[in-house]
Amino acid sequence: MNHWLITQLRIIKTGMQNFVRNATLAIAAMAVMLITLTIILFSIVANATFTNTIQQITDKIDVSVYLKDSITEEQRQKMISDLKGIENVREVGYVSKDDALGIYKQANKDNLDLLLAISQTDNPLPASLKIKPRDPNKIDAIKAYVEKPEIKALQSDETSYSGDRKEAIDKISRATTFLRQAGIAGIVVFTVVSILIIFNTIRMAIFNRRDELQIMRLLGASTWFIRGPFVVETVLYGIFSAIISVVICNSLFVVSASAFEASSLGVLDIKYASDYFAERFWLILTLQLAIGILIGAASSTIATRRYLKFKTTK
Amino acid sequence: MILLDRVTKVYNRSNTALDRISLHVEPKEFVIIIGTSGAGKSTLLKLLTREEKPTSGKIVVGGLDYDKLKDRDIPLLRRKIGVVFQDFKLLQNKTVFENVAFALEIVGYGAREINHTVPRVLDIVGLKGKEKRMPLELSGGERQRVAIARAIVRQPKILIADEPTGNLDPKHAWDVIKVLEKINRYGTTVLLTTHNQEIVNKLKRRVVTIKDGRVVSDRANAEYNRAAINHQ
Repeated sequence: MNHWLITQLRIIKTGMQNFVRNATLAIAAMAVMLITLTIILFSIVANATFTNTIQQITDKIDVSVYLKDSITEEQRQKMISDLKGIENVREVGYVSKDDALGIYKQANKDNLDLLLAISQTDNPLPASLKIKPRDPNKIDAIKAYVEKPEIKALQSDETSYSGDRKEAIDKISRATTFLRQAGIAGIVVFTVVSILIIFNTIRMAIFNRRDELQIMRLLGASTWFIRGPFVVETVLYGIFSAIISVVICNSLFVVSASAFEASSLGVLDIKYASDYFAERFWLILTLQLAIGILIGAASSTIATRRYLKFKTTK
Repeated sequence: MILLDRVTKVYNRSNTALDRISLHVEPKEFVIIIGTSGAGKSTLLKLLTREEKPTSGKIVVGGLDYDKLKDRDIPLLRRKIGVVFQDFKLLQNKTVFENVAFALEIVGYGAREINHTVPRVLDIVGLKGKEKRMPLELSGGERQRVAIARAIVRQPKILIADEPTGNLDPKHAWDVIKVLEKINRYGTTVLLTTHNQEIVNKLKRRVVTIKDGRVVSDRANAEYNRAAINHQ
């Protein structure tokens, strides 16, 4: 084996020894890092879940334009293509009278009286256009079009805007924005705190071993030979914290999934969150490991820097 | 091997540790540097190991010009120079063997090379059979010989000994000096500082006297330092 490789192995070995020997300091540092990583993990999953919930509700928002029975095929096609030309329109669906009846029957399949009554008349339901906006908050252009007198004349009923749903969406959006910001603030605060604590842990370890480090320096040890073990030690904090945080999250999802029967708790769709986590398990684990290793390596590198400087005063 | 040309070290305005010191040491030479405490002996050695930088002047050791030395080269420089300190600087929680092996571990020696080299060096300094002792179980002279073993285990061309006998009684001091002479016979340049007159007299080597940061005499090889003496 060449000297370089032997040195690297020695650095790793020393780092591991220090990790075991400084067990109490290591536990304190890992606890803080664990909290940080868990907050990051929860923020990621919660963010994805809220975004998904909003997306689902937004998908249900549409503008329904009810058409008179007398409307011609040509007039209808023109309306559809006009609407598709509006920027905010994602999709225009056509529900014929028969479709409408089918949906109605399906929705009221337990109400036999109603079904009986409806079957005894001609189909009373109007055909309609379902317009799905890209952004439900900006339907003014759509509104302007359907309110035009010549278009209005083709309609059998007032246009329906799903107004009540929009209000709910706004609320969820605001809550999500708030939670996202709180999550980011939490991540920042705890990352800083954990860097500081690891930083001080390493400083303390350096202080305890300052004679040894001085001797190493005088004997010609390279900076990496001295710094390496500290970096290895803190990287180990990161690795263990990342694994534990993922394990904690995983068990929480398992427990909550069985407790709530994978149902939805208001806007917090536990099933979605759980699936999101399970599908991306390896990605999340890798990400957590990367963040943990980064925090560990960064704080020990900074902590050792001052002690490893050569005197450069003249 | 070692060249100092008008080297000055000023710590602050009122404290000039070295004042235009010039010194030339040939390979395999044994040079004793004497002077009272505070004369500048330790500063001189610290400049050679780059624990300090000179305020002005030129230092060349083993072909390395210190002006061109970058921070990352300092470890490489220190590997070429063996240093023995007055206070030994041994690692208290390591055995004699481990202390010497440590110097080899730093530069990436493997276990086999270490197990081969360390006992031989401990034999040279007369510590055979004490490999497993801890530093605190040894006498001062033995500790200093461990430190010497550590300094020479990488076979440096230069050995710097900063008052190695300062903390030792005369008998142990002489043991240490004999080891240094032995190492010098093997071909290592030795730079020894001391204020022990008896050692100076017994050794009969080149003696450089430093006073108030200047070389005031260079008895064996005066011609090298005429410039410095002319300053007097």
